[in-house]
Amino acid sequence: MLGYIIQRLIQAAFVMLAMSALVFVGVYAIGNPIDVLISPDATQDIREAAIRHYGLDLPLWQQYLAFLGRLLQGDLGRSFVLNIPVLELVLSRLPATLELALAAVLMGAFIGVPLGIYAGYRPESPASKAIMAASVLGFSVPTFWVGLILILTFAVNLDWLPAGDRGPTVEVFGVGWSFLTREGLAFLALPALNLSLFKLAMMVRLSRAGTREVMLSDTVKFARAAGLSEFTILRRHVLRLISIPLVTVFGLEFGSTLAFAVVTETIFSWPGVGKLIIDSITSLDRPVMVGYLVLVAFLFVTINLVVDLSYALLDPRLRRGRRA
Amino acid sequence: MAGFWREYRENWVAVIALAVVSLVVAAALAAPLITPQDPYDLANLNLMDARRPPGFVGSGGYAHWLGTDAQGRDLYSAILYGLRISLQMGIAAGAVALAIGAALGILAANAGGKIEPAIMRVVDLQLSFPAILLALVLVAVLGQGRVPLIIALVTAQYAYFARTAYGAATAERQKDYVEAARATPLPGRRVVLRHLLPNCLPPLIVVGTVQVANAIALEATLSFLGLGLPPTEPSLGMLIANGFQYMMSGRTWISVYPGIALIILIVAINVVGDQLRDQFNPRLRR
Repeated sequence: MLGYIIQRLIQAAFVMLAMSALVFVGVYAIGNPIDVLISPDATQDIREAAIRHYGLDLPLWQQYLAFLGRLLQGDLGRSFVLNIPVLELVLSRLPATLELALAAVLMGAFIGVPLGIYAGYRPESPASKAIMAASVLGFSVPTFWVGLILILTFAVNLDWLPAGDRGPTVEVFGVGWSFLTREGLAFLALPALNLSLFKLAMMVRLSRAGTREVMLSDTVKFARAAGLSEFTILRRHVLRLISIPLVTVFGLEFGSTLAFAVVTETIFSWPGVGKLIIDSITSLDRPVMVGYLVLVAFLFVTINLVVDLSYALLDPRLRRGRRA
Repeated sequence: MAGFWREYRENWVAVIALAVVSLVVAAALAAPLITPQDPYDLANLNLMDARRPPGFVGSGGYAHWLGTDAQGRDLYSAILYGLRISLQMGIAAGAVALAIGAALGILAANAGGKIEPAIMRVVDLQLSFPAILLALVLVAVLGQGRVPLIIALVTAQYAYFARTAYGAATAERQKDYVEAARATPLPGRRVVLRHLLPNCLPPLIVVGTVQVANAIALEATLSFLGLGLPPTEPSLGMLIANGFQYMMSGRTWISVYPGIALIILIVAINVVGDQLRDQFNPRLRR
């Protein structure tokens, strides 16, 4: 088990290294960053001083090493536009995105898995067919369009929920959270639903496929023979057996939820990191772009790692197989 | 081929979807002939006609059946022209991604040695990274325009094709006909191109269909975020984005109609793709 963990940690470190090189090349090496850093009518002297100051006269690999060195110390540079450290900026926006993504993933799981199990338990019933048809829509219709329709329906026409912004937050441990008040929840509801639809469709499909397979297995036959009620079988056996692939997808999807939050946050003016990256792209704020990408890459690697390790915990075969 | 079509016809939803896709493509191709206005020619636009509801008869003397947008564009014309751009981008990106992905996947399956894990490791890494972020960054770095947009879409999508081609090619390689072809004095390249590649095509076509829809959706999303094509040639995504700010004031048609066109196209392509997948999948054959 320990060897497995170490092996995965080394792998993760290598992936992180490769990602940082890609991000560096992608954002710093293409185009001339100095054009963004100083105004175009600066004199030649100022220009050269700035190039030396930022180390842009050094060969690319030295620049990369310097970048990597700063990165390891947690220094992601300063925002050109707002002139505050990137790390501080991103971290101040992160809780809003995390809250949104978590709400979306939970919504996807708590609505999607029961619907999927039902669709797999009674595959021929009209309700199941409706669920599956809706899941196809959830997959193919772009997130931003669903967001627009949600705003149009619930905010403009029905006037039940606010159309955007984050609304009031409650400070806990120095960070503002929306889910603690009723009003905050109202602001959270539409963006979270918007972001969750894709996961919801995916959860439905996965748990349906899993349930159909498990229902045919001997486990279920024995449980029925033992006189357990159908509900107990679904809850105690089916849910447990389909949980392994679900946990994988749940974890991996959490990462892509953070990424897709870019779209949802833009539509609902949710003040998270997704809106930050769009703003930084439109204002060519390179340090913020790099900082965001490195953090997202880090998050992805961490999530992959955690999923792999919890996989090993959930599946005893994998655990013993590694030890042997 | 006839048998394939007979099987396809059994699913009437898929038949309707195919008809819708053909109709949309035909309408997009014939857009200059069947629209009252060239929405990209600024001389045609009259601000007096801006933000008019559906059915309004504007200064051109014809009715705007779907209303007009904030620049006074006839929405029906703008949607058909926007469909042209969306389809061009989707098909171009899908085709290039198919070519690159298939080449990489089949190369990996045949090369073995160190090349195989190297290619597939990169592909897997990319698959775990959300396509939209990759596209977002590339568009931001490369700038706006058709070529950067296609590069971004291809980079975001080639990995799916590479995975599929790799899977198909490794499965096909072990079959007897490849073995037999290898036993002949044919050069290895010919065996791969003439024997292996054609048999890997069915799954690639399925992925290709779905990926064209995904490319269209991704392009619309990027345009919606203001990172797609320049505003002088609005694609569907940009039309929707432009209408977004007027939605609160009740002028919903500017966003809603282009959106409906987009959804119909994407869903129809996906349904066709689903049917193709079922038909190509031998496990589901009766």
